[in-house]
Amino acid sequence: MDAIILQILNGLDKGSAYALIALGLTLIFGTLGVVNFAHGALFMIGAFCAVTLSRLFSLSHEVLVPGETDFLGNPKTKDVPYIYDWFGESTGAAIIDWSVPLAILFAIPVMIAVGVIMERGLIKHFYKRPHADQILVTFGLAIVLQEIIKYYYGANPIPTPAPQAFAGSFDFGAMLGFDPNTIIYPYWRLVYFAFAALIIGAVFAFLQFTTFGMVVRAGMADRETVGLLGINIDKRFTIMFGLAAAVAGLAGVMYTPINSPNYHMGMDFLVLSFVVVVVGGMGSLPGAVLAGFVLGILESFASMREVIDIIPGINQVIIYLVAIIILLTRPRGLMGRKGVMED
Amino acid sequence: MFGLEKKDARLLLLVAVLVAFAPFLLNPFPEGSAMAQFNAGYPDLMQRFVIFGIFAIGFNILFGLTGYLSFGHAAFLGVGSYAAVWMFKLLSMNVLPAIILAVAMSGLFALLIGYISLRRSGIYFSILTLAFAQMMFALAYSVLTPITGGETGLQLALDDPRILGTSQTAGGNIPVPGLFGLEMRDSAELVLGSWVFTFNVGYYFAAIVMLVSFYLSIRIFRSPFGMMLRAIKSNQQRLNYTGLNPKPYTLAAFVISGMYAGLAGALMASMDPLAGAERMFWTASGEVVLMTILGGVGTLIGPVLGAGAIKYMENIISKINSDILHGWFAFLPDGLEDFVVAIIYPFIGKGWHLTLGLIFMGVVIFLPGGLVEGGQRIAALFGRKKASDDDSGKSAKTEPAE
Amino acid sequence: MGILEVKDVNKRFGGLQALGDVNLSVKENTCHAIIGPNGAGKSTLLNCLVGKLIPDTGSVLFDGNSVLGRTPFEICQMGISRVFQTPEIFGDLSVMENMMIPLFAKRDGAFRLHAIESVASEAELRTDAERMLEEVNMLDKANMHSAAMSRGDKRRLEMAMCLVQNPRLLLLDEPTAGMARADTNNTIDLLKEIKEKRDITIAIIEHDMHVVFSLADRITVLAQGTPLVEDSPENIKGHPKVKEAYLGEAA
Repeated sequence: MDAIILQILNGLDKGSAYALIALGLTLIFGTLGVVNFAHGALFMIGAFCAVTLSRLFSLSHEVLVPGETDFLGNPKTKDVPYIYDWFGESTGAAIIDWSVPLAILFAIPVMIAVGVIMERGLIKHFYKRPHADQILVTFGLAIVLQEIIKYYYGANPIPTPAPQAFAGSFDFGAMLGFDPNTIIYPYWRLVYFAFAALIIGAVFAFLQFTTFGMVVRAGMADRETVGLLGINIDKRFTIMFGLAAAVAGLAGVMYTPINSPNYHMGMDFLVLSFVVVVVGGMGSLPGAVLAGFVLGILESFASMREVIDIIPGINQVIIYLVAIIILLTRPRGLMGRKGVMED
Repeated sequence: MFGLEKKDARLLLLVAVLVAFAPFLLNPFPEGSAMAQFNAGYPDLMQRFVIFGIFAIGFNILFGLTGYLSFGHAAFLGVGSYAAVWMFKLLSMNVLPAIILAVAMSGLFALLIGYISLRRSGIYFSILTLAFAQMMFALAYSVLTPITGGETGLQLALDDPRILGTSQTAGGNIPVPGLFGLEMRDSAELVLGSWVFTFNVGYYFAAIVMLVSFYLSIRIFRSPFGMMLRAIKSNQQRLNYTGLNPKPYTLAAFVISGMYAGLAGALMASMDPLAGAERMFWTASGEVVLMTILGGVGTLIGPVLGAGAIKYMENIISKINSDILHGWFAFLPDGLEDFVVAIIYPFIGKGWHLTLGLIFMGVVIFLPGGLVEGGQRIAALFGRKKASDDDSGKSAKTEPAE
Repeated sequence: MGILEVKDVNKRFGGLQALGDVNLSVKENTCHAIIGPNGAGKSTLLNCLVGKLIPDTGSVLFDGNSVLGRTPFEICQMGISRVFQTPEIFGDLSVMENMMIPLFAKRDGAFRLHAIESVASEAELRTDAERMLEEVNMLDKANMHSAAMSRGDKRRLEMAMCLVQNPRLLLLDEPTAGMARADTNNTIDLLKEIKEKRDITIAIIEHDMHVVFSLADRITVLAQGTPLVEDSPENIKGHPKVKEAYLGEAA
C-alpha cells in the first residue's frame, strides 16, 4: 500500500507538468484550431524566467573587506549583490532564496507578452493553413526559441534551487499513519502539485464563471456561430493564447527546482504533452488534465523495480504504448468531443 | 527513355549528370584559397548529399503524394542501419546483402507501424508515428542494448563471425565494407593545378543507388498508384464513393517510403559501419520533413534539392567561426566590423540549428512550395516559360467535405 | 420488387427520431424523387443507403442484397454511385485524372499496386474517359485543373465520374443546390439525357420543385422522418397532405 502511494505521489509532479502544458495546448487547439508545436518552448521559457530572475537578483559588485587580506597580501574583496545594498542583507538574502516563487510575478507578464506576440506575429497567419503547415512552422519556431536560449544560457542544465524552507523532504508516510521512512517526499514536489492544482482550478473557474470564458467556450464549440453574433472572437483568442502561454510558463517556473532547466527541456516535455493531449482528447480541457495525471502516475509505476524486472524497458515506453492503445480503441481520446478531428 | 516521358527523362538525365560530375561541380574553389571552405566536393559530404536525398525522396512519396505527415520516419532509417551493421557482423562486408536485409527489415517495420498508424489520419497519424519512433528510440537506447549497442551504438568487432568473409584482415584489422572487392572508402584524387578533386567509390555507389531510387520515384509519380495517392490527398470521401478503399494505397506508400528510409540507413552504415540510436530520434525525423518542404513537397526534384541544401548549409555554416567572420568583414571600420560579426555570430558554428529553425519557418511562411516553387517564380519573373515539374497542384484548395 | 428496397428503417440520434418506419421501393430505370421540408430526414435516409450511417432497425436491399454494414466503397462496387450536395471531386487533379480514377476503380475492382506502369499508357481507359467527357460536353476542359472550374462544371465532372462506372443506381443529393438558374437548367437537361440514353435508376433528393417535376417519375414526400405519400408527380402537385407538410413548415 505504501509503495503504491509513493508511486502515485512520485507521478504527481510530472503529471502536474504534463497537465499544465497539455491544458494550454488543448486550449489553443480548441479555440484557435492550431496545433502548436512550440508550446514546449513556452514551458522552457518560463523555466528560464526563473533562471534569469535569480541571476538578476544575484548581480553583485565587489567591495573591500576591511582589515583582511588574501594570501598574497592584497586587500580582500567579496561580491555583494546589489539587492543587499537596496534591501539590507537579511531581506536581500531572503529575496534571492525565494527567487523561484518570485519569478512567478516576473513570468506572468513576460509569458503573456511572448504569447501575444507569437499569436499576432506568427500563428494568426496560419489559422487557415493545413495542420501540417501549423505543425511545421511552430516546430521551426520551437527550434529557434530553444537555440536562442542555448546561445545565451549555454547547453548545460542550470541548477535553480527552491527556497530553503522547502528544500528538504518529509516523512509523508508517517503523517498518513504508515511506518516511518516508507514514504519520503520532497516538500517542493508537494508545493508543485498544489500550485498546479491551483492553476488548473483557476483556469477552469475563469472559463466557467466569467463572460470572457463563456465566449471562449462557446467559440470552442462553434467558432463560426459565435463570430456571427458580432463578438470579436479573434481578440479574445489572442488573449487566450497569452493565457495558455502563461500557464505553460508558470509550469516551467515552478518546475525548475525539480529538474534543473536546460534548453531542450521544452522539446522533451512537448512530445509527451502532445501524447497527453491526444490521449485526453483533442480540445477537451478535463481530458487533458485527467490524461496528464494518469500518464504521469502510470509512468511512475512503470519505473518501479518490480515492474521493470518483469517487463524490461517498460518505463521508457509506457506513455507511448498507452497512447497507441487509446488512439486505436478510442479515437477521440478519453474525453474528446464528437466531431473534433476524429478521423 | 526507360518508359519515361520526355520531360521526366530530361530531369533524370540532368540529375545523373550533376551527380556524376559532383566532385568537380562542388569543388569550384582552389585548394588553400579563402573560398575553399565553401567547397563541398569531399567524399563524406557528397555521400551525405545522396544518402539524405534517398531518404527525402522516399519521404516525399508518402508526404508529398498522400499528405500524411509522418513524424517518425527516422525510425526506419535506424532500423536499416542496424540491419546493415548486423549483416556486416554476421555475413560479410559486402554491402549488397546488407542493403537487401535493411530494406526488407525496414519494410517489415513500416508495414507493422503503418498498419496501426494509418487507422487514424491528420494530426493523430503524426502523433502515432512519432510515438512509435520515440518508443523504438527509447528501446534501442536501453533494453535492446544487446541488439543495438545502446548508448555507444552498434559497432563492428574483431571477433565478429562474418561467415562468408573474414573476421579480420591479414593485418589484424576489422575489414571495411565493400562491393566485391571495391572498398567503399577508396578514393582517387585528381590534381589540376591548385584544384584537388576526389572520386570516392562509396560516393559513386550511393549515387547510383540514388539515381535508381529517383528513377523509381518518377515512375511511381506517373503511375496509376501515384495518381491514387494524390487522389487520397485531394479527397478521400470521393475516393470512397468511387469504390476504392484508400487504406491499402496509403499503407503501400508508407511501406515504400519506409523502405527508402531503410535503404538510406543501410548506405549510411556502408559508408561508416556503425549505427546509433540517435539516428532514430525525432529531431532526425523532423530533419527529413524539413528537407522535403525546403525542396518542394510533392515535386520530383524537390526532396533531392532540399536534402542537398540542408546538408550543405549544415556543413558549411557550422564550420564558420568568428575568425573567419572577422576575415570577411575586415574591410569595414573596426567598430562596425565588430558589430556585424556580433550580429552574425549566433547563427554560425554551433548556432547552425538556429539558422536551421529560421530557414524552416521562412520556408513554411514565405515559400510553401519550397525551392522548386521559388525557382519557378524566378523563372516566371524573367518571362521564361519553363515547363514546371511540380505535381502536387499546390495552388489548388480542396473543396471542404460536406 | 424494386431495385432498391427500404424496409421499416428507423434511425435515432439521441432523443431525436430522424427516421421512423421508412418504407420505400425504387423501381428499376425510373427516376424517384424524395422531397420534404427541412429536417424531414432526407439526408439521413440517403446516408443510410450509402453506408455512411447504419439504421437502428430495418433493412436496405439493393438488387436483393443487403447494403447494411458495408462500407461506402463496397456499396459503390455493388453499383450505387452518389453525387453530393457540394460537388466532391479531386480538386488537386486534372479533369482527365479525375475521370481516370473511377475507371481504374471499375477495372481493377480492388487494390492493385500499379506503381511502375504509366497512367499515360492506359490508352483504353483514356478513350473511355474522353467519350464520357464528350457526353457531358467537357472534352475541351480535359487538361484543366479541376479545382479552378465553375461550380456547374464541377457538378458535371462529378456526374461524369459517377456515370463512367456505369452504376445501376445514381443517388443525387440536391444536385442543383446553390446553382444559378442557367446551371440548374443545364443540369436538368443533362439528367434527362442520361435518363433517356442509359439503363439507370435515379434517386434524387431535391428542394427545387422545378427540378423535381421536370425529372421525377415517382415522388415520395418525407415529413418528420416518415413517408407521407408516394405517388406520381401529377397527383403529388395538389395533394392536401403535402401542402400541409410544407405550409406547416412555413408557419
